[in-house]
Amino acid sequence: MIQTLAFYLFAIMVCLSGLLTITARNPVHSVLWLILAFFNAAGLMLLLGAEFIAMLLVIVYVGAVAVLFLFVVMMLDIDFSELRAGVARYAIFGFALAAAMAVEIVVAVGAWEAGPIQTAGRAAPTPDPAAVPNIQALGTLLYTKYLFVFEGAGLVLLVAMIGAIVLTHRNRGGVRKQNIAYQNRRRPQDATRMTNPPVGQGVEL
Amino acid sequence: MISWFTPALPYGWAYFIATIIDILVIALPVMLAVAMIIYVDRKIWAAMALRRGPNVVGPFGLLQSFADGAKVFLQETIIPAAANRGLFLIAPIITFTVALIAWAVIPFSSFSVVANINVGLLYILAASSLGVYGVILAGWASNSKYPFYSAIRAAAQMVSYEVAIGFVLISVVMWAGSFNLQTIVLAQKGEVLGFINANIFNPLLFPMGIVFLISSMAETSRTPFDLTEAESELVAGYQTEYSSMSFALYWLGEYANVILMCALNATLFWGGWLPPLDLPFLYVIPGTTIGLGLFWLLLKMGICFFVFSWVKATLPRYRYDQLMRLGWKIFLPLSLLFVFLVSGWLMLTRYHPIGA
Repeated sequence: MIQTLAFYLFAIMVCLSGLLTITARNPVHSVLWLILAFFNAAGLMLLLGAEFIAMLLVIVYVGAVAVLFLFVVMMLDIDFSELRAGVARYAIFGFALAAAMAVEIVVAVGAWEAGPIQTAGRAAPTPDPAAVPNIQALGTLLYTKYLFVFEGAGLVLLVAMIGAIVLTHRNRGGVRKQNIAYQNRRRPQDATRMTNPPVGQGVEL
Repeated sequence: MISWFTPALPYGWAYFIATIIDILVIALPVMLAVAMIIYVDRKIWAAMALRRGPNVVGPFGLLQSFADGAKVFLQETIIPAAANRGLFLIAPIITFTVALIAWAVIPFSSFSVVANINVGLLYILAASSLGVYGVILAGWASNSKYPFYSAIRAAAQMVSYEVAIGFVLISVVMWAGSFNLQTIVLAQKGEVLGFINANIFNPLLFPMGIVFLISSMAETSRTPFDLTEAESELVAGYQTEYSSMSFALYWLGEYANVILMCALNATLFWGGWLPPLDLPFLYVIPGTTIGLGLFWLLLKMGICFFVFSWVKATLPRYRYDQLMRLGWKIFLPLSLLFVFLVSGWLMLTRYHPIGA
């Protein structure tokens, strides 16, 4: 009963916030609706028993990716009239995309309804969530069967990261950077000098 | 607790009502604790500055926080004309809510935890990563320069230190072999020399404990990392435009977060509700069955909070580039190195012992 209520709550919220993401006039509001959609999708994952995926969705997408989105969108100076001018040009493409997705949904639901899913044909059978925790089940698969794919994905990310740094990093001359190790090594006698000058003569600098 | 309601209600609803009662049992004392901890903070701070601190309202000034609360409650809520109304009001609510939801997975004794879930630590990471929204939204919705600068600082700071915190948590998780906080606490039983119940005295986890303590100060924007509220540069940071209850919610949320971080420090590195030494008479009051779990946890949290206050009273504020240097150039490589060391040690001793 509670699961059913929770499912409808999350599902309605996902659909509604998805809709509001594309209809909101203010881009910051759009991103916030998107975050709400992520959040409710995480709720749906929890109902499916995929607690690890749910938490990752919140940590990675809500906690990191969306923050950066928000960061960028907040600082943009968006001219709305200019944005609207492009609508007619992209409308055909948009409709084509929508039609393709509608066909895909129909096909997927049709395949689902056509007969029972052949669980025996799966590459790795799903273990009972009560007996094996999510994390353990995923970890065992990722680090044995899919080890190379997993490492490959890691390498792709590493390359992307290095690429981003190389593309944006520039060496500027004339920057007076603080050398903290040097500062910590510095002692009072390196910087100060006790003098006792006669009156009216001043100090040698 | 669920069994109290099952005769009258189906299991689902009994569970629902029992959980709501559990939540109130945790959340109300947390709010009371926040009021008291603000008083304690001010007293410690005053003592270190050779002042008296709050001493007028109630005995020893104990009721100062309640007087402040009443004052703030009676003030007018001012919403700037240029502010984004909805978001401006939602932002403090987000901060306060997020500070409270993470308490669901903190174990208070061997049996008392609201949600004893498998992914407890990930839940805490998720909740703490949501905390940044309260600050960002406040900064943007205020439609004012200083709050916006503060919001940008806060976002970068929290995202940076979460990376280091993530690696610290991973090494603790690997050591305990579980993401469940209760299991992590129990794994610390007799951790060092067979009778000290604390991860922190384990040489492999000691540096991680220190990194976590400092990172938790950065994550909660406490001094010396309170750049988001640097009054000499940013007026009052993201709270500049806030008044009355919306301001009080930030205040409460901030301290609730600090207590939460103290509870996490205690749970992950100081043995949680376990007594410091693995002796039978420290677990229960001798001759009774009353457990001392809550007492030990509160004691550890209190000591941790004293350290937080002490740091706030003594250290000057970091500069922003120093903050980023500490997070990315020192904590990140250090915690990564210790993830490597801890996992290597565990592979050599626990999972594939030499000679086995």
